[in-house]
Amino acid sequence: MDKTISSLAGAVADIPDGASVMIGGFGGSGAPIELIHALIDQGARDLTVINNNAGNGHVGLAALIEQGRVRRLICSFPRSADPTVFNDFYKAGKIELEIVPQGTLAERIRAGGAGIPAFYTPTSYGTDLAEGKPVEEFEGRHYVRERWLKADYALVKAECADPHGNLTYRMAARNFNPVMAMAARRSIVQARRIVPLGGIDPEHVVTPGIFVDAVVEVTDPAQEEVLNREGAVYP
Amino acid sequence: MTDISEIKLTNAQIAWRAAQDIGDGAYVNLGIGFPEMVAKFQPEGRQAIFHTENGVLDFGPAPEPGQEDWDCINAGKKAITVRPGTAFFHHADSFAMVRGGHLDVAILGAFQVAQNGDLANWSTGRGGVPAVGGAMDLVHGAKRVAVVTDHVTKDGKPKLVEQCSFPLTGKGCVTRVYTSLAVIDVEDAHFVLREKLPAVSMADLQAVTGATLHTGGPVAELIVPEDL
Repeated sequence: MDKTISSLAGAVADIPDGASVMIGGFGGSGAPIELIHALIDQGARDLTVINNNAGNGHVGLAALIEQGRVRRLICSFPRSADPTVFNDFYKAGKIELEIVPQGTLAERIRAGGAGIPAFYTPTSYGTDLAEGKPVEEFEGRHYVRERWLKADYALVKAECADPHGNLTYRMAARNFNPVMAMAARRSIVQARRIVPLGGIDPEHVVTPGIFVDAVVEVTDPAQEEVLNREGAVYP
Repeated sequence: MTDISEIKLTNAQIAWRAAQDIGDGAYVNLGIGFPEMVAKFQPEGRQAIFHTENGVLDFGPAPEPGQEDWDCINAGKKAITVRPGTAFFHHADSFAMVRGGHLDVAILGAFQVAQNGDLANWSTGRGGVPAVGGAMDLVHGAKRVAVVTDHVTKDGKPKLVEQCSFPLTGKGCVTRVYTSLAVIDVEDAHFVLREKLPAVSMADLQAVTGATLHTGGPVAELIVPEDL
């Protein structure tokens, strides 16, 4: 078994128009910039994107939105140092937004990957974001029912991968990446290093390869914060 | 009437006061912005463990400018550092720590706090782009949810109110409020005054508070270091 793919273009080639795509990262940390840019080059449109944020500056997710490829965004916090792109699209009615509390977003994705169609959480009880959702009382407290969240594809950034798709991450760049890898029908990973089988200590595997479908090596990945300080624009 | 803008505490002084209530070994989450200052004022001899919801426990202070590693940030997307004891984890685990009752204290900012403990801190409901982040999760699960805030809005309106008029972040979740004038607990759907600045009279404090301040016992003087 070898899940490695030699090019970024090859890794995203089959993503069709209208696909739902989970994109890892929290702000710039853990954001798979090269995979997102490859998706821009590939041309898929009408996408539903699931990410914690809504892009920053004019690279990565912000660039994907700026190119008019995202029909609907599911996120917790569409604010950033430079949210111009998202704000303009949102105010012009050119993008739909579903706001989800951050922990609920993470758990909905985890549930999607774990085969749990719904769960109850105290988060958002009594607020506008719980409107229309079933509420149940457990041990004297109120909980809101939330549904799983799955996607057709996940774009994931890892530190180290092996040909089976076992992954490690780097520091806080882990964030949403492991749960998104679980919740997508096809999970595509960019890793800084692809090592031979045995190159990752089994005790250190964070995402087991069963959750991963494709791995492409990006040895010197761009960091969103650095690109934005340079005023970078993609494409 | 005393001009409260002359005597009110600075944000650093409010953060200092909030830090005095954090015990040794407590697990603490600090909201983005002003609440982050609380970490700077841990009393000598106590070590709290700070949690940031993007997946780090027990992180070190901000690095020197130019030394940032953008894979190592806090929830405010500011660079932090690794230190002996640091742990990384994914987002679902991070919020399991939050909702699962594993945090001792969460300290957040506020637009409004109601006398029943309702908190509004994510939206003023005036349009614009809505953004909630982790606030709605953080108010459920931490054993103690405290607020640090100016006592009044920029245009002088009470932030402590009978009922929140802004969209709620959580119902009945706040247990203590550290303001620029006082320390106030929420008990049985009432504000109970615990400490106030010596220079503010009860009448003046009540005048800038949107709900009745009860006193459940002696009210202590709110004393903080002057040079913060």
